[in-house]
Amino acid sequence: MTQTIPMTSAAIGGMGHSMKRKEDPRFLQGKGNYVEDVNLPGMLWMDIVRSPYAHAKIVSIDASKALAIPGVLAVITGKDLEAYNLHWMPTLMSDTQMVLPVDKVMYQAQEVAAVIATDRYIAADGAAVVDVEYEELPVVVDPFKALLPDAPVLRTDKPGKTDNHIFHWEAGDAAVTDKAFADADVVVKQDIYIPRIHVASIETCGCVASFEKTEGKLTVWMTTQAPHAIRTVFALVAGHVGLSEEKIRIISPDIGGGFGGKVPVYPGYVIAVAASVLIGKPVKWIEDRMENLQADSFARDYHTTAELAATKDGKLTALRFKTLADHGYADAAANPSKFPAGLYHICTGSYDLQAAHVEVDGAYTNKPPGGVAYRCSFRVTEAVHTIERMVDIMAHQIGMDPAALRMKNFIEKDQFPYKSVLGWEYDSGDYHAALQKAMDIIGYDDLRREQLEKRARGEFMGIGISSFTEIVGAGPSKDFDILGIKMFDSAEIRVHPTGKAIARFGTKSQGQGHETTYAQIVAQELGIPMAHVQVEEGDTDTAPYGLGTYASRSTPTSGAAAAMAARKIRDKARKIAAYVMEVAEEDLEWEPGKFTVKGNPEAFKTIQEIAFAAYTNHPQGMEAGLEATHYYDPPNLTFPFGSYICVVDIDAGTGQVHVRRFVAVDDCGNIINPMIVDGQIHGGLSMGLAPSLYEEISYDEAGNCLGGSFIDYLVPTAVETPNWETDKTITPSPHHPFGAKGVGESATVGAPPAIANAVVDALWHLGVRHIDIPMTPSKVWKVLRDHGVTG
Amino acid sequence: MALRTVNFTINGEAKSVQAESRQLLVHCIRETLGLTGTHVGCETSHCGACTIHLDGEPVKSCTMFAVQAEGKSLTTVEGLAVGGTLNPVQEGFWEEHGLQCGFCTPGMMMTATALLRTVNEPTETEIREAISGNLCRCTGYVNIVKAIQYAQRKMHATPAPEAVLQGGD
Repeated sequence: MTQTIPMTSAAIGGMGHSMKRKEDPRFLQGKGNYVEDVNLPGMLWMDIVRSPYAHAKIVSIDASKALAIPGVLAVITGKDLEAYNLHWMPTLMSDTQMVLPVDKVMYQAQEVAAVIATDRYIAADGAAVVDVEYEELPVVVDPFKALLPDAPVLRTDKPGKTDNHIFHWEAGDAAVTDKAFADADVVVKQDIYIPRIHVASIETCGCVASFEKTEGKLTVWMTTQAPHAIRTVFALVAGHVGLSEEKIRIISPDIGGGFGGKVPVYPGYVIAVAASVLIGKPVKWIEDRMENLQADSFARDYHTTAELAATKDGKLTALRFKTLADHGYADAAANPSKFPAGLYHICTGSYDLQAAHVEVDGAYTNKPPGGVAYRCSFRVTEAVHTIERMVDIMAHQIGMDPAALRMKNFIEKDQFPYKSVLGWEYDSGDYHAALQKAMDIIGYDDLRREQLEKRARGEFMGIGISSFTEIVGAGPSKDFDILGIKMFDSAEIRVHPTGKAIARFGTKSQGQGHETTYAQIVAQELGIPMAHVQVEEGDTDTAPYGLGTYASRSTPTSGAAAAMAARKIRDKARKIAAYVMEVAEEDLEWEPGKFTVKGNPEAFKTIQEIAFAAYTNHPQGMEAGLEATHYYDPPNLTFPFGSYICVVDIDAGTGQVHVRRFVAVDDCGNIINPMIVDGQIHGGLSMGLAPSLYEEISYDEAGNCLGGSFIDYLVPTAVETPNWETDKTITPSPHHPFGAKGVGESATVGAPPAIANAVVDALWHLGVRHIDIPMTPSKVWKVLRDHGVTG
Repeated sequence: MALRTVNFTINGEAKSVQAESRQLLVHCIRETLGLTGTHVGCETSHCGACTIHLDGEPVKSCTMFAVQAEGKSLTTVEGLAVGGTLNPVQEGFWEEHGLQCGFCTPGMMMTATALLRTVNEPTETEIREAISGNLCRCTGYVNIVKAIQYAQRKMHATPAPEAVLQGGD
C-alpha cells in the first residue's frame, strides 16, 4: 500500500512529492501560448461554409458575392482541392474522409467551402454569402436501419460498396461461451446504449499554417495531441504535391484540453495548410464552439445487447456482448490498427470469467465521423460501463448485495499476472482491497440500512458501485500501431555542464502537468533537482519522435523512456565518477544525486560535478557530453483499477438525481506527484458525471444535431459537480521501470456505472432494471411516472 | 466598415483604439491590444473563459462590443499580479492545483477575484454559485474551490479552517 521507490529529498523533488507545477506561473499570468495566441505578420483568416443538410447533393457553389467583398482573397472548394488530389484524406483507421466535398455532403455542419480573408470578420462575412445549392438525399440516422438491405448506400465513393457496414470484429470463443450460457443457472440480458458525446475541451480546435515559399518549409501551430504522427500524416497525404517530411514542422503549443478530441486530423487543418501553400501567407483557422460540437469527432455511440451468466449462488461464469458501433459517415476513430473496436475486450473487467464472446460491427450513418475517445483509452469506457451495469443487474436479479457479488468474483491478487479469457495479461491488482477501502470510507453497511428506512418512507436513495479495470499505455509494438507506426514513445535528456538538464519527449501535455511530472522522474533517477530540469514537448523539429498523449499513455511510455534514458546517463556518469576519483566503477554506490566510494562517505562526486567533468575532464576514449535518448517499447499494457461508490437521492417529483456522496479509491501503481494524481482523478470523475447525467449529442430524423451548442450540450458547472472524495491503494506495475500505470482517464471510465448503478439501485424495487445514460430529470421522471410513482 | 475611436483604461493604462462597431471586446483586447490571456471558449456567454472586469464587475467580453467599453476601466488577467507578485487568487490556484490546461483559468480567476472583493467570507455554496458561469473541463472544480478559499484566508488573514468541503448541489 506504499510506494516501492525510494523518496528523494524535497530539494530534489523526485517521485512522490506534491511539487507545485512548473508550468503554472505562465498560465496564472495570462502568458500561456495557445494556438489562437499565435499571430504572424501578414496572417490571413479562414472561415468555413458548412452544410445545413445531413445528406445532400451539391448542385452548385457560387462564391461571386463573397469574392466581391474587399478583403476576401479566395474561396476554396472541393473542386479546387481535387485539382491537387487533396479533396479526400485518410483517417487514422485507414478509412477515408472528405477534406472538402466535390459532389455531396454527408452530415450536417460538414465543411463545404473555405473563405480566406484579411480579417476574421471579413472571412465570416464572406462565408455568409457563399451561395450553395443543394439537392436533399435520403438521410440515414439510425445505425440499425443503416444495415437493413434497403438502406441507401452512403459511401458511393467506394467502388463496389453495396451496404453501410464498416467492419466486423470479435474476440473470444463463441462455442465455449454458448455452452457456458446453456449450462448457467441464471442469465441476465440487457440492451444498453452509450450515447454519442463530445469532449468539449474549453479550447476549441484550430491552427495557424505558414508556408514559407523560398525555403519550401511548412510550419503549423496546431491543437494536436500527437504532433509527430500528424507530421508524418501530412507528409504521406501531401507528398505528391511536394511537402516533404523534413520540411514540415508541427508545433503543438499550450493546449487547452484534449481528452482525445485533438488526436484526429480535421478537414479545417488541411484546408488551412492548402490555403497557406496556395496563397503564400500564414492562415489562421479557429473553430467556434458550435463547429466544435457539431463537426469534430464524437465519442461512444455504442448500442449493445449484453448477457451475463452465473450460478445460482452468484459465481459469474460467462458474458456475451453484441455491439453496433455508429461511426458516422467515416470510421475516423483513433484506435490502434489491429483493433477497430479499440480495447473493448477488456470487458470481462475485474472478474474471473471462464468464457466470453464479444463482437462489434461498425455502421456508416449521416453523422460526423468518429469515434474518438472521451478521456479514456480506446473503447474502455464502453466496456467498463457494460460489464459493471450487468454485474449490478445480476446481483439484483439473484438477490445478492452488489458488493458481495463483486467480492465473490474478483480476480484474486495472487492470480496476477492474470490471463483473461479474452487474451489480455493483467499486470497487477488487488481488487478486494480497493473495494473494501471504498466501503469502509463511505460506511457501506450504514448506507444500506439508511436506504431501507428511506424506502419504507417512499424515498428514493440508491448506492452504486463500480469496480473497474482499465487498460492503458498503448502499447507493445508487436500488437500496437497507428497507420503502421509502432506505439513506442520517447525521451531525450541532455545534462548541461553545470548540472542542469533539458528533457524532450514525443508526447504532448494538454493540462496533465508533464513539465512537472517528467522533471520529477528525471530528478528521481539522476538526483538533479526537478527545478533544474526543463521539459519540452510538442515541437517536431526538436523533440524525439513519439505517438503523443492520449489513452493514458504518457507515463507508461514516455515516462518510462525518461527513466531509461536517465539510467543510461547514470551508467555513463558512473564511469566518469570512477575516472575522476580514480576508483573502480564497482566501488561506487549510487544514491540520487551522487556517487560515493563504498565505505568512505567523505569520498563522493555529485551529479553536478560529474556533469562538469563530462565536458571538461572526461576519460580519453569516451565520448564527451552527458546525454541519452530512449525509445521505450512497453512489454505489456498497464492495468490501473479502482472501486467507486456513489450515493444518490432522487427527487420523486422532478426526477432530479442528486449525487450526495462519491468515494473514489484508485490504484495507478507508484505515484509521481500525488497532488497531480488527485487533480487528474477529480477531473476524470467530473467527465464521468457529465455523460451520466447531462451530456448527449443526438439527432432528429433529418439528421439535425440536437446537442450542438452549450445551450443544449450541458457541461457540468461547479454547482452540479459534487465534492469528490478520493483515496488510493498502491499496487505497482511489475513491468514498468518505476512501477507506474497511468491515471488520467481511470475516473472517466469508472464513474458512469457507479452513478447509473446508484440510480437503478434506488428504483429496482419498483421494477426498474435499467436506464440508459444520461439520466436526465425528464428521463428519470418518465421512468417514475411509468412505474406509478409520480403524476 | 467604418472605424470608431474608443477610449478606456486597461490594467491601469489609458488606451485609445480604433474599432469597428461590431468588433467584440474580447477581440479588441486580444488582437488590437495583444493581451492574449483572455480566452474565447464559446462566443455565447456560457463558458466564461473571456471574463474580465469592467469597472470592477466581472463581464464576459465575448458578448460585449468594444465600443461599449468607452470611458470604462478594464482589468484582464494580465492586470492581476502587481509588480510581479501574484495576487492571492493566483497564488491560491498555484498552491491548491486549481488549474490544469490553464485555458479557463484567467476567466475563473477574474470571477473569483470579483467575488472575494464583494463577499468577505463566501461559503462553499456561494463560491460554487459564483463560478457557475465559468466552465472547467479539467479540474472537477474541487481544487478551484480550495484555491478560492485559500485566497480568501490570505486576503482576510483568518486562521485556516479544517479542510472539510461540503458537496455542491
